[in-house]
Amino acid sequence: MPGLGASFGRGAATNTQQDFINSDCILIMGSNMAEAHPVGFRWPMKAKERGATLIHVDPRYSRTSAHCDLFVGIRTGSDIAFLGGLINYVLTHERWFKEYVLAYTNASVLIEQGYKDTEDLDGLFSGFNRESRSYDASEGHWGYEGSPGDRPDDAEETREAAGRGGQGIHGYGLMGGAISHGQPRSEMTAAPAGEPPRDPTLKHPRCVMQILRRHFARYTPETVARVCGCSAEEFTRVAELLCENSGRDRTSMIVYAVGWTQHTTGVQMIRAASILQLLLGNIGRPGGGIMAMRGHSSIQGSSDVPTLYDLLPGYLPQPAADPGHDTLDGYIEHEGLPTGYWVHFRKFVVSLLKAYYGEAAQPENDFRYDWLPRIDGDYSQLLTFERMSRGEMTGYLVLGQNPAGGGPNAGLHRAGLRQLDWLVVVDWFPTETATFWKNDPDAPTPDQIKTEVFLIPAASSPEKEGTLTNTQRLLQWHSKALDPPDDCRSDAWFVYNLGKRLRALYSGSTDPKDQPLLNLTWDYDHKSPQRLPDGTLSRIEGEPDIDRILREINGRKLDEIDPRTGRPRLLSGFSELKDDGSTDSGCWLYGGVYPEPERNRAADRKVNPGQGIQPDWGFAWPDNRRIMYNRASADPEGRPWSDRKKLIWWDEAQQRWVGHDEPDFEPEKPPGYRPAPDAEGMEAIAGDEPFIMKPDGVAWLFAPGAIKDGPLPAHYEPVESPVGNRLYPDVAHSPTVRLLRGPLNPLADTPTPEFPVVAFTFRLTEHYLSGPMSRFNGWLNELQPEMFVELSPELAEERGIEHGGWLTVRSPRGRIEARAMVTRRIRPLLVEGRTVHQIGLPFHWGYAGASVGGNANDLTSVLADPNVSMHEAKTFTCQVEPGRLAGPVARPTVPPTAWPDTRPIPETPTASQPEGKFVRSEPPQ
Amino acid sequence: MTTRELEVPATAPPSGPVATILGPFLPVDRPEPRTPTGFYTDTTICIGCKACEVACKQWNQLPSDGMHWSGDSYDNTESLSATSWRHVKFIEQFASAGTQGPSRWLMMSDVCKHCTAAPCQHACPTGAIIYNEFSNVYIQPDICNGCAYCIAACPFGVITRSNLDGHAHKCTLCYDRQRDGLVPACAKACPTASIQFGPIDELRDRARRRVEELKSRGTSSAYLYGDAPTENYSNLHSFYLLVDRPSTYGLPESPFNPWLRMRGDYLRSLFGGLAGIVVLLIVWTLRMP
Repeated sequence: MPGLGASFGRGAATNTQQDFINSDCILIMGSNMAEAHPVGFRWPMKAKERGATLIHVDPRYSRTSAHCDLFVGIRTGSDIAFLGGLINYVLTHERWFKEYVLAYTNASVLIEQGYKDTEDLDGLFSGFNRESRSYDASEGHWGYEGSPGDRPDDAEETREAAGRGGQGIHGYGLMGGAISHGQPRSEMTAAPAGEPPRDPTLKHPRCVMQILRRHFARYTPETVARVCGCSAEEFTRVAELLCENSGRDRTSMIVYAVGWTQHTTGVQMIRAASILQLLLGNIGRPGGGIMAMRGHSSIQGSSDVPTLYDLLPGYLPQPAADPGHDTLDGYIEHEGLPTGYWVHFRKFVVSLLKAYYGEAAQPENDFRYDWLPRIDGDYSQLLTFERMSRGEMTGYLVLGQNPAGGGPNAGLHRAGLRQLDWLVVVDWFPTETATFWKNDPDAPTPDQIKTEVFLIPAASSPEKEGTLTNTQRLLQWHSKALDPPDDCRSDAWFVYNLGKRLRALYSGSTDPKDQPLLNLTWDYDHKSPQRLPDGTLSRIEGEPDIDRILREINGRKLDEIDPRTGRPRLLSGFSELKDDGSTDSGCWLYGGVYPEPERNRAADRKVNPGQGIQPDWGFAWPDNRRIMYNRASADPEGRPWSDRKKLIWWDEAQQRWVGHDEPDFEPEKPPGYRPAPDAEGMEAIAGDEPFIMKPDGVAWLFAPGAIKDGPLPAHYEPVESPVGNRLYPDVAHSPTVRLLRGPLNPLADTPTPEFPVVAFTFRLTEHYLSGPMSRFNGWLNELQPEMFVELSPELAEERGIEHGGWLTVRSPRGRIEARAMVTRRIRPLLVEGRTVHQIGLPFHWGYAGASVGGNANDLTSVLADPNVSMHEAKTFTCQVEPGRLAGPVARPTVPPTAWPDTRPIPETPTASQPEGKFVRSEPPQ
Repeated sequence: MTTRELEVPATAPPSGPVATILGPFLPVDRPEPRTPTGFYTDTTICIGCKACEVACKQWNQLPSDGMHWSGDSYDNTESLSATSWRHVKFIEQFASAGTQGPSRWLMMSDVCKHCTAAPCQHACPTGAIIYNEFSNVYIQPDICNGCAYCIAACPFGVITRSNLDGHAHKCTLCYDRQRDGLVPACAKACPTASIQFGPIDELRDRARRRVEELKSRGTSSAYLYGDAPTENYSNLHSFYLLVDRPSTYGLPESPFNPWLRMRGDYLRSLFGGLAGIVVLLIVWTLRMP
């Protein structure tokens, strides 16, 4: 997500899935969309029916490849080499969209004199600190010429806090501006006189375009072929297709998913795609953009209203234990931006604090900013489990997750759980995480495990109401159909009642540290008992009113009572937020989702058939804009680039932006508007600058400081790789990655003959993630009943493995057995002149459920990329041998369900019972 | 729970002990014929997700067939049966490394063909197999006696007999859902609209347009299977758009209705029998002293 955030201003998919149908060419890379997002894949298929070209670039020929016009097989982890090659192709063949790039990107901006590229420093950017293995952007002069950060090397005055930068704090927190390394976020981009120096001729050697040309010059088709293992012709074909299908009249889209993100260079892969799409002029336009396919239900929502350790709702960074963040003013000075939409930072923070602390938050006490917890390190999931495995934690709450099965290096995760005193798992089934103490075949016996485990039964989605925010930033409300059975309760019920009991426990306390809890807004009881769709009353007591929570998230004018409800008036959008404490909002970004009483826009369900934009189906943040940065769909003068691709345009008569989508721009700012030199906030954004979240209003080809591992993407090998780095021989893997090597997380020295085979994990349609939601279900288990490994006939023959037989896969972290799926869909690759074998492992199995088997994540490693502490489960090295594992293997923990329900449907005549329910006795086991 | 399907019988069924015994022999009102419906399965947009299989099993409450990893690509349910009424086939066509040739992975969701003239219906001795008001072929399991003639008669291998109750079962084209004005479960669940349901004439028109469109874009191998009758077989109410020979998908190249051989078979048996008798008579006559 910081990849998109740094490039365009917001870390989310730019377009909607329905908009696929407007595309002329769709490049799917790092995503197995047909298998992992089968419902969304309807839209690429519709685009194909309309004549679009579909391309899949992936290590494995999957069900996605089967439906693409062109499949190019590459080595896992070589994506930046491929994308860098595409960028180089576009630049050297002069196929870039000149008017677009000049007007809407920072191509012409001059970068500081002291900046050194990987070309100059043999694979490193300037500013690298070999001791901390991190970059300092200002030390490296990544900023715009003339920005406050642009000073000679000997000026040290404000660098003292920079040491900690680059390592983990505030990973996801990047929407728009440069990163806080102790200095204000605006440091790298704001020039003293407003506009940074530019060279519109793009000839200046320090302008971004020239830096880009030099940086990517070595990514030639031949190099791409040698690194990726595809042919130069295949690569050129992809490049040609993208170029042919981009420009004024045509647009191409790029789709990615965790096949990109789960790498140590994932953020830079996304950056590379962003640069490519900007050069081709595909951002902000129908059928263009970059689609980040999110991994599971409402995962976009869980970064918007975050479950992340380093963010507050609406992408506000969690305050750090840092002198600069001591006071509200200091925090806002550091994290807000003087130009662009982030100028409203104070409104967002103050309204959030009002939502949190209500009456207790007042101007004179800085709205209780001091009550917010400060972070002092990396508390991301992987680092937390690493600490847990060292015995540094006592308890853990797990909701909707299965780290013992799905965590990378799952063995380390289980070792961590064994160190805990207590563990609470809230789930539908006894998952791997809930039963690690008795069912893990590799674990000590239960009497040797001290952890006390509580399994709390959870409700399923039809048994609760709420919103889901998926790939296209779309909030969709789902209603509760019936009460959950027995003691099952919604996650919201669990959290709400846990909070209530904690508050009761501390009630009456005068200890200052208890005040944030006691003053927290925590009144979400239903005003009248909840009614089910059939008219009966819900039997669940204590269920929070999700509708009320959504209204709080939307925000209210606290000083104005709505006569219709007798409560504070709801905000119509985030533009109404105030910074004086007269408004509250639980997440500014969702403003407008509930603009009036009884008008929950997330529940809107109107369809306009045949259109790519469906404004009346759900509510998309921000402000129901479906295609972000859509000002770029028109030329600088405000006219659509072409009739075929028009989306919004400037209407001279009405003096406003009109069209098919909500403008992602000030609706009445004319294209000719030019800011005064000292303008601040939105006034500093000119009428032809579409990227309003960026301080300079344009998208960033070159990211001056927003990304921790370099302003431009560079190809580094995965940490475990079969080959050295051809592009930068001195730097094998990403220089800023944290290896987290340890006895529970050994890493292979690479290249090594001990682990010569490259492995990657993938997903099948038939199962869901680590399997808790699918491996307890007989109808799904019969479709994919066993763990298998896909390998090429060549590798199988080399190792004496038979199709359908057993094989063992061994990595430095563990070993598993699986059935051998020998298939020509997997091909050996010619990399650096020698044959490299790849194998593919579905990651759905574990030791809990009706179908059990080898867990691919027992083989993967724990690493942390510098930006988001992401692991590298999508590529590691291993060895493959025929035969089964010696020792204990997992046994099914529940009997197979022949079919889930044999009871006749009540009050339904026999003739109308389901047709297939022909046996009314218990099924044979 | 009230459902509209309860309103379908025009007159209330007779009740009482006498009616219970005589009921099956009493005449009932037939439902009015409705617009014939069917399936059109466009295999070029099938993504092999098997949502149709799961939706079918869930709606019809069919049992899981157990866990058997077949190794045959991603196909682990392997065939249509009394308990699997939808079945997705996977055909991997890849030339061996280093050689030029096709590289494609075909997917196809198979189902009962609901033949306009269905051999299973012809073969059924009890009248359990009927054409319902939607012109779909429907097995009434409570009338089926498990003789298995329909299994032998079906040229597509659709029907099997369940060892759970001894009766034959197959796709009902969601007769119950259709009566309630709903789309069959598989078509409803299909994310790419590879399975389309509707009035059969409309589907045929749509499918023919799609073939033309595919051909104009270079897929010259696209054709429809079962949209029109052949010399030896009726058209199908569930027809397919294919891009390779029928046998690649496990379909008969040219299905033959066994009924067409029936007259000849009868005559041959008759004349064969008569000839045998004549031979016996001659032998017997010759052996007479």
